[in-house]
Amino acid sequence: MSTPTERTTGSTEVKHPDGKGIGLWLKLALVLLGIVLLALLPQVLSRYYIILMMPFFAYSIALLGLNLLFGYTGLISFGHALFIGVGAYSAAFLMRDGGLEYMEPLILLSLLGAVIVAVPVGLLAVRYIGIYFGLLTLAFGMLFYSFLLKFYSITSGDQGIRVEKPILLGFIDTTGIDYLTGPFYYYCLGLLVVMALVMWRIVKSPFGLTLRCVRDNSVKAESLGIGVYRYRFYAFLISAIYGGVAGVILAVSVGQVDPTMSYWTSSGNLVFMTLLGGFTSFFGPIVGAGAFILLQDQVMSLWEYWRLVFGAILALIVIFAPSGLMGLLTMGWKKVVR
Amino acid sequence: MGDVVSILMSGLFSAAILFLVAAGLQLVFGVMKIFNLAVGSFYALGAFFGATLVNWAVGEGLPQPLFFFGLLIAGILLGVIGPVIERLLRPIYDRDEAFQLLLTFAIVLMLEDITMMIWGSQPRSTGSLYLVYGTVNLLGATVPVYNLFVIAAAGTIAVGIGLLLSRTAFGRVLRAAADKREMVQSLGVNTRRLYVIVFSLGVVLSTIGGALVIPVTATMSEMGVELIVEAFAVVVIGGLGSMRGALVGALVVGYVTTLSINYYPPIEMLVIYLVVIVVLVIKPRGLFGGETA
Repeated sequence: MSTPTERTTGSTEVKHPDGKGIGLWLKLALVLLGIVLLALLPQVLSRYYIILMMPFFAYSIALLGLNLLFGYTGLISFGHALFIGVGAYSAAFLMRDGGLEYMEPLILLSLLGAVIVAVPVGLLAVRYIGIYFGLLTLAFGMLFYSFLLKFYSITSGDQGIRVEKPILLGFIDTTGIDYLTGPFYYYCLGLLVVMALVMWRIVKSPFGLTLRCVRDNSVKAESLGIGVYRYRFYAFLISAIYGGVAGVILAVSVGQVDPTMSYWTSSGNLVFMTLLGGFTSFFGPIVGAGAFILLQDQVMSLWEYWRLVFGAILALIVIFAPSGLMGLLTMGWKKVVR
Repeated sequence: MGDVVSILMSGLFSAAILFLVAAGLQLVFGVMKIFNLAVGSFYALGAFFGATLVNWAVGEGLPQPLFFFGLLIAGILLGVIGPVIERLLRPIYDRDEAFQLLLTFAIVLMLEDITMMIWGSQPRSTGSLYLVYGTVNLLGATVPVYNLFVIAAAGTIAVGIGLLLSRTAFGRVLRAAADKREMVQSLGVNTRRLYVIVFSLGVVLSTIGGALVIPVTATMSEMGVELIVEAFAVVVIGGLGSMRGALVGALVVGYVTTLSINYYPPIEMLVIYLVVIVVLVIKPRGLFGGETA
């Protein structure tokens, strides 16, 4: 058995995200098209599908963060739902006990909550990689889950806490309009675009390059004078912040927070979405979140045993298409172009 | 005194069950280097199948006191799923750990629903069967004889695995394969068959654990995913891949659980994970980490 800290990820057949696929302009056009489509959806789709799509924004934001860790830094977290839980519960507490009504301070304070939790967790976890990192993050996630479940007087246990609809940008509240499918939808879309832009800057910066270097050869990175733990810690912190913001959105979209948000299977599903969309691509996780939600809805309406179907899909992806939907699409595109 | 003995015995009982499941996890990890999240689902399968088989056998007129063996047989019979799942895992033996973990997560999702499809969400139990052996009075504490049987069975299995690994030719091959698979293969060992055997053995250990727990409780739809996190705590505390670690870890988790349930139930899981984190921080590879199988 090799040592837990020095084991390299060593996957040769899977290409990691390098931004080299289709051309930049085409990519930009596709992204703009995606945003326009998302913006038009409330005009086209029924209210049911809009409500169904609400968690999409939350998961997309969380997965952008998770993939900085998984795709770019090579660390697999099986406890990332912890930060969604922290963000969601922070928002719920702030509204229930703090009387806070405005969305922006909610996001900022919940984000701060995620950072406060992520610092000690990250300091411990980044000393490990591979399976040990996964297990340690799983342990922290479950620690938080059991706190939520058992400390009934603070958290209301498995009943969860109802979440009100906060005021957006200081003036949009719920009076007279369909809050969730109207202003809140566009608010989330805007937030997703901003957070994606920030993440794009991060992964294209020297910092992002350094993370990839740490992922591919941590020994060499160390000998080049890169503080490997420090960079992994930063990546962990950023991904936690994304998780926290996602938690707030999820809490408001669902109108309710409950402990299963941070159960280990929720973390597993997050990794599942990332892989489904394709962790080797920047936009893969977003595609994965959308595909997961739509697929789940379809399969559930046909057959109650949706987990059986999803398990089979996940197994097929892991075995045959580890670069996910985006990987398949890029492959298909290359064939068409040639 | 009665209270102390009572806590000692119920801690030992949970440790016995946990050890069986964790041993399945360790054996597979030790040899195949795959952390199998699905052991919890095997455990649940063992519980459901054990309850069904025993209830059926008793209904057919088999003498009730034989039900303990019925449970063991149920666990062993489920070994047939071992080769099937091992076949599914085969393509990813040389892949990144993240993918191995994810594939076993896919198996968890599938097995959860397969169990639901077969048995539904109604709790299953074997009723008052476990009282056919009566109870004994140990220094003022009333202990069901069945619990002693389970503890004895787990102890026997633990000794059996220990002897198998240390004293037999097969055990030596296993330990060698755990260290250097290619070397063992080039020496003429059929490692493909070895993996099938090891994985099936791991399945059987977990399913026996599940089958044996059922008389004292009832099956629940979430029992598998809940147990995996406890089994996970056991192996992390004990050290991944080490059998001795599984034993010590099971005792630690078993007693921590029992003590907190007796004195302050809300902190049960919290304490387990605190122990896990403390152990990982102080001894990253667990108390017995680095030993092979």
